Amino acid sequence: MREGSGEVVANGGTGTEKKECLSPYYAGARAALPFALATLVLGVSFGVLARSVGWGPVAAVGSSVLICSGSAQFAIAAVLGSGGGVPAAVVAAVLLNARFGPMGVAVAPYLKGGPLRRALEGQAVIDASWALASRGGGRFDREFMIGASVPQVAAWFAGTAVGALGGDFVGDPEKLGLDAIFPAFFLVLLWDEIRGGGSAVVVAGLAASLALLLVPFAPPGVPVIAACVAALLGLRRRS
Amino acid sequence: MITVWITILLVALANAAIKASGPVLVGGRELPPRAGAVISLLAPALLAALVVTETFGDEGSLVLDEKALGVGVAAVALMLRAPVLVAVFLAALTAALARAFV
Repeated sequence: MREGSGEVVANGGTGTEKKECLSPYYAGARAALPFALATLVLGVSFGVLARSVGWGPVAAVGSSVLICSGSAQFAIAAVLGSGGGVPAAVVAAVLLNARFGPMGVAVAPYLKGGPLRRALEGQAVIDASWALASRGGGRFDREFMIGASVPQVAAWFAGTAVGALGGDFVGDPEKLGLDAIFPAFFLVLLWDEIRGGGSAVVVAGLAASLALLLVPFAPPGVPVIAACVAALLGLRRRS
Repeated sequence: MITVWITILLVALANAAIKASGPVLVGGRELPPRAGAVISLLAPALLAALVVTETFGDEGSLVLDEKALGVGVAAVALMLRAPVLVAVFLAALTAALARAFV
């Protein structure tokens, strides 16, 4: 019902659709809500899995609070649960989370403060938050990213607690198809990146092929890191 | 149980160090423009690799199972402009139904 009378419309073609009344932290938190819901379900399945391999509820929830990274936690529960030792579990987790190295480099110029504060702000780098805060051309929205991490971290803690304490009511996560949530979640983020077309599609295709080729030969985590090489395509073409 | 806790603590420290490394080493310096072009392509590369390894990878081998079917349905849903939660829900529902009835 807007009439726009008396409103000078500056039609310069540069109008942004940003809702300026929202703080960027809040906007990030709101954008992350669907992902937080998926994270909650993932957290429940992690809690159930951890109990099924003999972890106590305190260890399950404690790992979520201390590590706060789904891929690493699923990996160590799986490695230890199948009889692997501490070194194997730690190496698997480090390889899986090595992707946060390049992701941290990418956001680094947009964080604030001295080394200690930057190190702390870097902890807010979570897959979904990082992808949601990406503004194209290698730019990132710091406040949006931090805001987006808050509901996801809360959901991860809560989900783990529910799964670890009430796992008997949840049942077998695989029977419920919950293991399909993790890849579907990444697919949503990928879809956002590639629907604009262009070189992102080429790079995604190349990275996916590289990762698939490496899965049978390399330890878990390595295919994902190696696939980052595909991003080097950015060096050619644009000058 | 002590093994579990030692692993949790070591991984927590390693994870925090990995996440801190980029921000601390790069600091507030601007990355060169060519790096910007690479970084803007890092997201599609990483996410594509995560999608395929989480969908088809199973402890060092490639598998095509009910999970892949679920993710495929989510992909179709996204192409049809379904909301995020609907796509993710359909992935789980499809995998669950396929496991129960196929």
